[in-house]
Amino acid sequence: MKIDVKKVASLANLSLTESDNKKLAPQLEEIVSYIQKLNKIDSANIEPTSQVTGLTNVLRDDSQLRPSLSQEEALSGTKNQHNGAFQVEGILEEK
Amino acid sequence: MDITNLTIKSINDGYKKGEFSVSEIIKLYLERISKLDSSIQSFITLTSVEALENAGKKDMNISIESEKNPLYGIPIAYKDLFLTKGIKTTASSNILNDYIPQYDATVVKRFKDSGTVMLGKLNCDAWAHGSSGENSDFFVTKNPYNTSYVPGGSSSGSSASVAASFTPLATGTDTGGSIRQPASLTNTVGLKPTYGLVSRYGIISMASSLDTVGHFTKTVYDSALALNTTAGIDKYDSTLTDRGKLDYTKKIGKEIKGMKLGIPKEYITESIDPQVKSAFENAKRVFQKLGAEIIEVSLPNTEHAVAVYYIIQPSEVSSNLARYDGIRYGNLRSYFGEEAKRRIILGTFTLSSGYYDAYYKKAMQVRTLIINDFNCVFDKVDVLIAPVSPTPAWKIGEKVNDPLKMYLSDILTIPANLAGIPSLAVPAGFSKERLPIGIQIMGQQFSEEILFQIGHAFEDETKFYKEIPIL
Repeated sequence: MKIDVKKVASLANLSLTESDNKKLAPQLEEIVSYIQKLNKIDSANIEPTSQVTGLTNVLRDDSQLRPSLSQEEALSGTKNQHNGAFQVEGILEEK
Repeated sequence: MDITNLTIKSINDGYKKGEFSVSEIIKLYLERISKLDSSIQSFITLTSVEALENAGKKDMNISIESEKNPLYGIPIAYKDLFLTKGIKTTASSNILNDYIPQYDATVVKRFKDSGTVMLGKLNCDAWAHGSSGENSDFFVTKNPYNTSYVPGGSSSGSSASVAASFTPLATGTDTGGSIRQPASLTNTVGLKPTYGLVSRYGIISMASSLDTVGHFTKTVYDSALALNTTAGIDKYDSTLTDRGKLDYTKKIGKEIKGMKLGIPKEYITESIDPQVKSAFENAKRVFQKLGAEIIEVSLPNTEHAVAVYYIIQPSEVSSNLARYDGIRYGNLRSYFGEEAKRRIILGTFTLSSGYYDAYYKKAMQVRTLIINDFNCVFDKVDVLIAPVSPTPAWKIGEKVNDPLKMYLSDILTIPANLAGIPSLAVPAGFSKERLPIGIQIMGQQFSEEILFQIGHAFEDETKFYKEIPIL
């Protein structure tokens, strides 16, 4: 199984170096060929399990969680802020 | 005073009798850490000043509080995945190398409220990705029984610090064995609770359908005491099941005569090291001597567990690590280490369009088969016993360039995470090289009380925990 490591990395917003690529590609292919052994199992009528203790749709009232972080606390970890807000890179480009 | 044989219980007894103060105990542990941790490297952050100040305050109430609360004045250290308000929390990663949390994890808050004194934060594989501790972005923690060997992972600093008597209690997380495996490699007791028994709020997520929160102690009784504090519902974590308030020490000391202990035959294979096999054989004889009945059982889908795990876990990892974008806190994604990148790419691939059904969905279906296997055997036996790690600790560097080989070392611990069942790792002896070997006791969901009962009976008979490393 060939994995297009560059393409998958771009989906995950990771930038890899050439040496990363060279090292990761064969390792990932080895791991994927190992996990492919599940293909031999007939699982056509088996329900998938995503939650092991059987909980479904657990709800609660939002008001139980107040007070939340203050604006100052919320911003305390950022390296880029502007007028009390997180500053991010522009994502829209002018044509 | 020699602190290497102290336990939570014996410290609490000492407080009750007025044999020593909290300040004296905290000072002794801090001195031991400052003298010896340079060769073990278990701590990332030491909070000595805060700890001494806290201890001084605790001393004012110790005579009353120590009677009511067995954890009052007890030293504790946290795996660096547990958010601690105002204290740097890194996940042993360069992404979070300067991150200061604004709040405490629920478990941290509960331990604080019960009177523990934090000594500091412990090293681990970055983001808890690993089985040896070598994936920490900072430095490699050493096994106290032989510093050329790994202490297991991912909770490497936790296992090493308890084994080295730097703290009687350290927290950990177990997603595929990250508490039980390092415990078994360091002669400590490690509890992986049932999925949804202990709150995960404020603990850096790895794989959300598998993550559990537990701890390391020297004895089984201490492990039960710590669970008394951590277990229970939390309005900040909707994955918890309400079991009411239990005393997990209640069944400790009761005999295990007549109990049925199953041994899954698929766990005892060619790949198990002969010395691990012989320690396990010895454990079997101990249980028989204690009157338990040993029954061979079968979990036929065991062979698929690692493949299922290495689909589900990286998929969920890639999703959980998507939040680290360097905007609200932490550094840019270019700071991710090699193992995190490997898992993000693997998980992104198995979840990507066109592959989801073939990998993630398939894995969740086979997960159902693995759960069904456990349900079938728990109709016949009370618990299952098995080795934890197929080998004793290995040399630092031995597996770092072979990720698949490293992944396969989790084969005996992964199934419990896939099924969400609890498992308790207890010391079971030593190899010729004097490296520790452990066994695990697995039970049905929410059967922790019985695991402690059986684990304690075994410990009481064998007392391996008294074999401390020479540092």
